Amino acid sequence: MKAFASLVKALGSSTATNEKLNTLSAYFSTADPKDKVWVIAIFSGRRPKRAISTSQLKEWCIELTETKDWLFEECYHTVGDLAETIGLLLPINDADQDNKPLHYYIELLIGLQNKTEEDKKSLITDAWKQLSRDELFVFNKLITGGFRIGVSQKMMVNALAKATHTDASLIAHRISGNWDPSLVSFEALVQENTGSKDDSKPYPFYLAHALDKTAAALGAPEEWLVEWKWDGIRGQIIKRNDEHYVWSRGEELMTDKFPEYQSFVSLLPDGTVLDGEIMPAKEGIPLPFSILQTRIGRKNISKKQLQEAPVAFFAYDLLEWEGKDIRHLPTVERRMLLEKLIRDFTDNRFLFLSEPIAFSKWEELTAIRDTSRSRLAEGLMLKRKSGMYHVGRKTGDWWKWKIDPLTIDAVMIYAQKGHGRRSNLYTDYTFAVKDGDKLVSFTKAYSGLTDKEFTAVDTFVKNNAVEKFGPVRTVKPELVFEIAFEGIAASKRHKSGVALRFPRINRWRTDKKPDEINTLEDLKQLLALYGK
Amino acid sequence: MSLISFTDHGLYCSAGDFYIDPWRPVNHAVITHAHSDHARWGSAHYLCHADTFPVLRLRLGNINAQAIAWGDPVYKNGVKISLHPAGHIIGSSQIRVEYKGEICVISGDYKTEADGLSGNFEAIRCHTFITESTFALPIYQWEAQPKMFDSIGQWISNNQQNNTVSILIAYSLGKAQRLLQAITPVTDRIFVHGAIWNTHKVLQDHGIPLPNVQRVTPEIPKSSFNRSVVIAPPGATESNWMKKFHPYKTAVCSGWMQVRGNFRRNNTDAGFALSDHADWQGLISAIEATGASKVFVTHGFQSVLSRYLNEKGIEAAEVKTAYGEEDLLLTENPDEA
Repeated sequence: MKAFASLVKALGSSTATNEKLNTLSAYFSTADPKDKVWVIAIFSGRRPKRAISTSQLKEWCIELTETKDWLFEECYHTVGDLAETIGLLLPINDADQDNKPLHYYIELLIGLQNKTEEDKKSLITDAWKQLSRDELFVFNKLITGGFRIGVSQKMMVNALAKATHTDASLIAHRISGNWDPSLVSFEALVQENTGSKDDSKPYPFYLAHALDKTAAALGAPEEWLVEWKWDGIRGQIIKRNDEHYVWSRGEELMTDKFPEYQSFVSLLPDGTVLDGEIMPAKEGIPLPFSILQTRIGRKNISKKQLQEAPVAFFAYDLLEWEGKDIRHLPTVERRMLLEKLIRDFTDNRFLFLSEPIAFSKWEELTAIRDTSRSRLAEGLMLKRKSGMYHVGRKTGDWWKWKIDPLTIDAVMIYAQKGHGRRSNLYTDYTFAVKDGDKLVSFTKAYSGLTDKEFTAVDTFVKNNAVEKFGPVRTVKPELVFEIAFEGIAASKRHKSGVALRFPRINRWRTDKKPDEINTLEDLKQLLALYGK
Repeated sequence: MSLISFTDHGLYCSAGDFYIDPWRPVNHAVITHAHSDHARWGSAHYLCHADTFPVLRLRLGNINAQAIAWGDPVYKNGVKISLHPAGHIIGSSQIRVEYKGEICVISGDYKTEADGLSGNFEAIRCHTFITESTFALPIYQWEAQPKMFDSIGQWISNNQQNNTVSILIAYSLGKAQRLLQAITPVTDRIFVHGAIWNTHKVLQDHGIPLPNVQRVTPEIPKSSFNRSVVIAPPGATESNWMKKFHPYKTAVCSGWMQVRGNFRRNNTDAGFALSDHADWQGLISAIEATGASKVFVTHGFQSVLSRYLNEKGIEAAEVKTAYGEEDLLLTENPDEA
């Protein structure tokens, strides 16, 4: 556990990517093999199933440290992380003698599943009495989840590649998909080609960068395949050995969430892998993303939902065909195979081709892009026809060319302290627009300001807090911000009657006064224009 | 409260006609310690501890000041004033005020753990105690000084092995001197920023036993810094001044480093939660040891500490001062923490 705690500490304190990479690959070269597998699992979001609720953790800590509830809450809002708060509240142990490996503690946590509440409590509190402060933090994090220490999938893959002298794209593929960290050995995971045995294994997604130059700078238009950038969930559909699997880009297995797909996957030949967009759509016409949102969280999908929020698959790439990995083929060849596959299909209720957009000049495409919002697209995707399907975020062959967001000027009315890097700083804000002489809150936003601006707003909140509601401060409505968002939908849950998609702070309008902000009427107009 | 009142100039004793750590110029100022938010410019007369005096002179110029030792009383209009160690920095003192049998103690800033340099905090029995609350949350639970010093020493050794300069970021008065004890077991090649040098010199000339350090000047060749330790104040980190130490690693030494988010915002390579303020347990035990029946809580987490004390049966109230706002942060108060 000590090695893992110091790995997390080192990763959390280095800011240079190269340094993190070296730290991580040094860990993969030296650590306990079982621990290494768990570290790969944890940093790729495969932590053990939670056996304890956060409220139990909190309760046991309060009891052990004799802290009052309100005082615990004050601490939590200052630290902004439950695992860390508990780690700091527990007595400091002289923990030099304890030297159990990471997997010991993970197995302990897995073993809790079938234990009584009393047993769980004593196992956890006993561990709390053994571990040093840095270890306490990572132990609690294993329970609550979410190690945010800036280790991307790509960085971990590169570190493993370096430590094992293996090609990074092979590693990326091997550690993707469905594997059980308590059963797999490190060697089996990264060194043998386990991909051939595991039918569910997805390919690493190729991710596009945002276009950072003019489209004309990309060269001849005829070298590019252009499609709409759909506003759904990126997904991969796998059909092998008469079984099918649906993966999201977050490597979440979502097969059961989309029973509609049953109708066409049964017709797909074995050894087929499609890359595309999981899209709410009726008869091939896209519906707003908010419709999909009503379904994603549900465990069981009702008949009514299937009717009201039908979900289709807009395929744009073919990664495996006739059991062969064809990612190395040029886009145009993969595309031909894909188009033929879909054209020949007998059931076309839920599987569609993401149609290519015909254009001959870049100016023409610019005009087409401006119509994205009315087609419920976020912009365009540009794919080099001669390019292969790369691993991860790689510059050059794929670009996303998004439309400018919608914006509205609003005033900040509530503030709350942030989490992680922003703990103990007021960085989470609620914004309002005018409605006559009243203010109506319509969105929260957490990002978009620089550290310097956050510090300035934080000072403003501390000096201008009018009321306290638990951790929330009501502030004088004085600061005006431009809020950017990607979409707008009607909502019964919000006072304003609208819900925004991806709201964030575009800039601080220090040049504007609160009486110059937009009105609820303005929001409603945007809703009428773009809401459906 | 009769003996000490809270005015727009600061804490005021009307019976003796003097202020404690006033934030505006007054006639008579009694100073707890020389940090800039407590010792301000412009008063006609100052009273402070003998070890505070030289730094006060350095910072405020040629002031009219009386310097006294801990425990030696001074009388003003029949009010007895005496200074007692607060353990915060060199010379830092609590102010004990007694009049007609009523005793009030103003803590200034204090730390309950002995640091081997500032004098050990003494709890003074009193009726009214005015306490700071910079780190008044139970998450602030300091590791013992020897352990912190070990970690700092270890960090420096690692940097030396990698041929890297260790830059410790610390306030020029207090933390910079205290850190020397952590550094000297590892190396005697210690460089300091000009701001720290001035304070160091004044304290050494005054007779405080501090190890020798070297001032960073433009004439020193870059190669001389190799594998050394440099102490710099927070303001220096974003300047060109750091360039000549390359390659280097930076570490902030402050109680705020206890929380990961605070540390990560700083973009430094390491953070050591080494504080010159009492932690939660330190505050509670100090307050209890005074036996005070009434406690006023100033700068820091006032509302938390006063609520906690009230629930415990100790009458407490929050007081707003100019010594810092709620949740004061490293960057807002460059002389402290």
